[in-house]
Order: sequence, then C-alpha cells, then structure tokens
Amino acid sequence: MIEQLTKNERQLAVVILLAITICGMAFAGAGQGDPVGVHGFLIMAAGIAGIFWVISGYFSPEPPADRSDSYYDDPSRAGILFAMAWAVAGMFVGVWIALLLAYPDFTFDAAWASFGRLRPVHTSGVIFGFGGNALIATSFYVMQRTSRARLPGQLGPLFVLYGYNLFCVLAATGYLMGVTQSKEYAEPEWYADLWLTIVWVTYLIVYLLTLARRKEPHIYVANWYYLAFVVVVAMLHIINNLAVPVSFGSAKSYSLFSGVQDAMTQWWYGHNAVAFFLTAGFLGMMYYYLPKRAGRPLFSYRMSIISFWGITFLYMWAGSHHLHYTALPQWVQTLGMTFSVMLIVPSWAAAANALLTLNGAWHKVRTDATLRFMMMAAVFYGLTTFEGSFLAIRSVNALSHYTDWTVGHVHAGALGWVALITFGSIYASVPWLWKRPAMYSARLVEVHFWLAIAGTVIYVLAMWNSGIIQGLMWRTYNANGTLAYSFIDSLVEMHPYYVARAFGGLLFLIGALVGCYNIWMTIRTAPLPAEAALEPVGDFPEPAAARQAAE
Amino acid sequence: MFGFHYKLERKAIGFTLAIIGVASIGGLVEIAPLFTIHQTVEEVPDMRVYTPLELAGRNIYVREGCYACHSQMIRTLRDEVERYGPYSLAVESKYDHPMLWGSKRTGPDLARIGGKYSDEWQVAHLVSPRSVVPPSVMPNYAWLLRNDLRTNDLAGNLKAMRAVGVPYTDEMIANAANDALGQANPDDPLAAGVTKRYGEATNVRAFDGVPTRLTEMDALVAYLQILGRLTEAPYKIVASEAAPAVKAQSEAKSP
Repeated sequence: MIEQLTKNERQLAVVILLAITICGMAFAGAGQGDPVGVHGFLIMAAGIAGIFWVISGYFSPEPPADRSDSYYDDPSRAGILFAMAWAVAGMFVGVWIALLLAYPDFTFDAAWASFGRLRPVHTSGVIFGFGGNALIATSFYVMQRTSRARLPGQLGPLFVLYGYNLFCVLAATGYLMGVTQSKEYAEPEWYADLWLTIVWVTYLIVYLLTLARRKEPHIYVANWYYLAFVVVVAMLHIINNLAVPVSFGSAKSYSLFSGVQDAMTQWWYGHNAVAFFLTAGFLGMMYYYLPKRAGRPLFSYRMSIISFWGITFLYMWAGSHHLHYTALPQWVQTLGMTFSVMLIVPSWAAAANALLTLNGAWHKVRTDATLRFMMMAAVFYGLTTFEGSFLAIRSVNALSHYTDWTVGHVHAGALGWVALITFGSIYASVPWLWKRPAMYSARLVEVHFWLAIAGTVIYVLAMWNSGIIQGLMWRTYNANGTLAYSFIDSLVEMHPYYVARAFGGLLFLIGALVGCYNIWMTIRTAPLPAEAALEPVGDFPEPAAARQAAE
Repeated sequence: MFGFHYKLERKAIGFTLAIIGVASIGGLVEIAPLFTIHQTVEEVPDMRVYTPLELAGRNIYVREGCYACHSQMIRTLRDEVERYGPYSLAVESKYDHPMLWGSKRTGPDLARIGGKYSDEWQVAHLVSPRSVVPPSVMPNYAWLLRNDLRTNDLAGNLKAMRAVGVPYTDEMIANAANDALGQANPDDPLAAGVTKRYGEATNVRAFDGVPTRLTEMDALVAYLQILGRLTEAPYKIVASEAAPAVKAQSEAKSP
C-alpha cells in the first residue's frame, strides 16, 4: 500500500503520523488517572505503528507516472476488510448483550461487561464500524468509476480510511471505560469528535476534488447520495456535539445544550444519522451496484431526482417524532409527525426505482444470491420506511415509544436494508477489486443470504411481539379503573422474545462469518491474467448507464 | 424542473450548496425557535442546580449507560401519569447537559424515582437487583460500593457546567469537593455548607450507609434520590389543575 504513495506523500504521511503521536503523548501526559490518558497512549501507539509501516515501504520505487490511467483501489480493498471485521465484532457484541437481557448475570462483576457500557459498542460497531467502512470503501470505488477519474492523490483517501478507523477504535474502547456523552449514536467524547471532524472534512475534500477531475459531465445519482451523506453528516455531527470539556486532561465534557433544546438537537441528529448515514449513503450503494449487477440501466432518472431531494428536504424535519407527548412544544411534534408521514413518498420512489430496475433481470434474482441480497434490501427498505412513517404518527407512537417495537423497527432497517445491501455490494465488488473471476463459492453466498433473511425475520418478529405486548400491558386498566400490570409483570413476559431475538441475531452473525470466510478464500484464489484485469479509464463501460439515465 | 436539475447536476459545488441549503431548513424552523420562544421552558422560581455529589452521581449514571434502559420523561398520557407521577416539564431538565430523557424502557422510567424508595433499598438494588426484584434483568453494580468517589475534579466539572450556562457561583465551585464530602456525612462540619449553598431541603445523608467513606454509590444514590425533586412545580400543576382535568386532557390526546 505504501508503494502506491509518491515520495512526497510518504514524507507527508510521516509528518502527519508524527503530529498524531505528539497529540497522543500530550493526552497521555495530561490525562493521568483519567480515561483520556489511556486513549493518549492508544493514539500514540497508532501513530508509532503508522510511522513504522510507512518507513517499511519508504524506499520502494515510486508508483508509475501514468497512474491517472487507472483507478486507485487500495482504500476500497482495505475498507471492505475493515467493514467485515467490524461486522463480526459489532454483531458479536450485539448477540452478547441480547443474551444479557435474557440471562443478566454474565457480567463477571466487571463494569465494562455490563449492558450499559456494551450497548454503544454494539451500536457504534455496526453503524460506524461496519456501515461507515463499507460506505467509505464503496464510495471511493463508485465515484471513480462514475466520474471516470482517479482519486486525487493516494494519501488523502488512506488518511480518511485509517483516521476513521482510529475514531471507531477510540469510540469502542472509550465506552468500555465509561467514556460517553450519553447522546445516542453520538456517544464519543469531545476529543474523538474533533478527530472525526478532521477526518470527515478531508473526506469531503477528497470527494469534491475527484468530482472536479471527472470526465463525465453529469454527476451520477449514486454520487448525489454519497455527497449528501458526507455533507449532512458533517453538519449533524458538528452541531450535536458542541460541548465544553472539563479540561484537556479529562474525557468528560458538558453539552452546550440542555433539556428540551438538547433533546430536539439530539433527535434531529439521531434521526438524520438514520437518514443520511444509514439511508442516503446506502442508497448511493444501491444506485450503483444494483443496476450494475443486474446489467440493466436505472429504471427512472426522474424518480431518482424526486426521491433524492424529497429525502434530503423532508428527513431533516422528522426528528421530533422521537419526542411525542414529551415536554417538547406540541407544534414541533406535529411538524415532525407530518413530515415523517410525507417521507413515504420519496422513500417508496427510491425502493420502487430499485425494484423496477430489475425488470428484465428477474431471472437473475433467482440464481444470483448477490443480486438477491440487493433486491431484498430494497424490499426491506420499502417495508421499514413504511413502518417508520406509521410509528411517527402520534397516537401510534403513544403505544410503540419506549418499547421493543422501536428496536425491531431499527433492526428491520439495519439488518434488512443496510446490512443486506452492504453484503450484496461487497460480494459484487470483491471479485472486481481483487481481479478474481468470481467469488470463491456462490453456494456460500446463498447460505449467507438465507441465514441473513432467517435471522432478520426472527429478530423482527420477536421484537414486534415483545414491543406490542409491553405497550399494551403498560396501558391496560382493570375493571376498577386502575392499572392492571406492574412494570415487572411486563418484563417477565419479555423473556421468550429476548431468547428468540438473541437466536435471530446469532444466525445473522453466523452469516457474516460465512461471508468473511468466502471473501478470504476469494482473495486467496489465483487472480485473472493481467490483461483481462486491466481497467483503462478511457473505455470503462460503466458511465454509459449514467449517461443513459441522464438522457 | 427536470431541465434545471439537468444543469445543476453538472456542477459539483453548486450541487453541494444546494444540499446544504435544502437540508438546513428543517432544523432552522424546528430548533432555532426553541431558544427564542420563552414559553418553551416554564419559569419556575424554586428550580435548583445539582449539588456536586448529585452531579457526580449523574455522571456515573451517564458513564454506566443507565439511559439505555431507563427513560426520564413521563409523557402526557394517563397511564404514564398514574404509573410514574406528574408528567415531566421542560424546566426539570433545564440544567441537564445533556438531557437524559432516554428512548427505551427496558426498566421503568426514573423521572420521579427520588424519595420513592429508601437509600437502603437503592443500595441493595444496585448491588444485586435480583435480591430485591427477582425477575429483574438489570446488571449488578456491586463495584460502586467499592470505588471511592473522585472529588478532585468536581470543581472543574462545576466550572464547565457554568461555562454552558448553569448558574453555579464562585463559592459553589470553590467548595465543590468539600460539599460532596459533607453531603454524604451529616456528622461532618462540612455538611452545614451544603444546605447553606443548595437549600435546606437538600438531602444530607450517608447514602450508602457508611458515613466515613465517600463512594460512587453515595453519589449515584444521592442523584437518584433527587430525581423529580429539583422543583415542586410539576406536583403543583397537577394539584391546581385538579386531577380529573389532567386525566380528561390526556384521554383526549390518547386513542
């Protein structure tokens, strides 16, 4: 990987890594007796390891000068491997904490092993570790192909990928030590947030510079979504994480906002993390890999315009549906509900656009599990967005809020939509990226597909049941006009569903492990002969689909 | 419209700016007025700030991720008001940076848990939840009794809270560590300073049962015992509106 860097980039890399090491030293020194000190050592270790890595390849020959005729795929390859590693880690912790709710004594009397500390390791591990790495890896791949331009330099994309993974490691290890802001899906503390801001701005610059070099006049739909993902996540991240740290040597900070304003800012962030991280980014993936794998042009260019701007505009209003019947002023709740219901239009337009693209290729869905992953992802996307609009209605929310129904809804989206489209895209791109004729085993892709579907369905059904039972028990009155059940009565009823949920999650995890094995074996098979694997920029076929779609 | 888009999608910077513009509107309309419309947060004279010990307890609550399973927001629904107490007011989390309203009730809501159970019950429950509530799925927090509470950073914590708008005085900041010691040890001369600065109604007790040692358990129980008791306003609203009116209101809203 280092041999792909130019001499200047290698020098710059050493400078950046030195700066990271010095920052780590400063935190390690100032944060003695505080978790931030431990993170200081970790940052320092990452910097030093990076320096050794760069030095190990420092004297290898420079990359060829005519490299702009080829694409730069090192970060995409590494990103896919990172994504699979985080998938296994994050889903493993997910199964673990699911079991903790059924069998609560497996905490070894240790703080780090309790549900409250492990839960964000699971959520951040799968959302940011698995999802984020998959988005970075595929976005670099897709933007080069659809722009017919190489990434601007080699160091920037590598910095984005490795810097992002450093953030993920800081986040996950921080939670185990109790470092958290308590803002859901924005738990990492101030220093990790600052680091992510630097990484993310670099990501945006890399993206815009690549677009500036493009040879295609039009920017393809997939890139609109990736761009919205990068830009809006930056906005959300910066505003929701505004905070005052206790000191340089303390991991603790206090959010700039409090109470009702903080609640609204948090759920504006929280819901749009779903919208722009877990939806927009993955729609970008879908708009490229699904037509490509199906060998069909995108069904409708106009529908994709409507769904793109609909999603970008409407989602930003929807966050307040997390706060129905709370101390948030009712007019904000009503706006949130209204816009959430309207969201069904662009969401279903996107799902329909994907499914209609398969017209003429449905026979492939039957035999090709990779394409079937993508097809089912679009189906789950449609189902989950329908459910989302439904749950946002105030009177429905009265029952569903605070219950497992929400958890089931999130996992219908996270497993059924996000993970399926990601696995489909990864299975499509691994042979392309490593220049192999195909995946090592098509049967194992098939096995993974059915494990993933079975796991998702069991999980979601269990949580629908438990959530609706909870919601109903909490509001059931007896003939005397008093509450019929104590809280603990409702908890006792949850046990079988919590066991079923853990089983569903376990199936999904096993599927991911099968995927890892398959990818590993694919990389180990012999590559295609060099001439067959050559991808000259000039006559690369993909942008044709974009042009057709644009016309 | 599609013709315009056909041109827009040829400009990377223009497209990016369009995304920023379109995506900003929702937040501007929904969030910005919450800072300017003064009815958003009720004006309540008796609302007090957390003592250093309670704040330390709150930070432990955050650190352990208690918010993942416990909400602190009672909605304006009849069954919630009857189960947990008067519905939550915005003012009650006015000094909560960040708020801990939560989003999931694997365990019950805690917005009004303060004073409902004795300190002894809270300690026993935290050490081993299943010893007092057999079907509970809450983890054991026995180590809270073993961990000494860190007090040397409390002044810094109060200062940071003041920087984000909580009205801590210089005196409160200067005495933060001593006030934490005093609040958990009523026989200590330092205890007098706590009630002087934070009001006569402040709980001054050996929360974990051992007055001579200040543990994380002291802090967390002190925090749990003040939840819902920083102001009496929510209870007065229920009393003045008269209970049937509140019920009728919530019934009208719920299906």
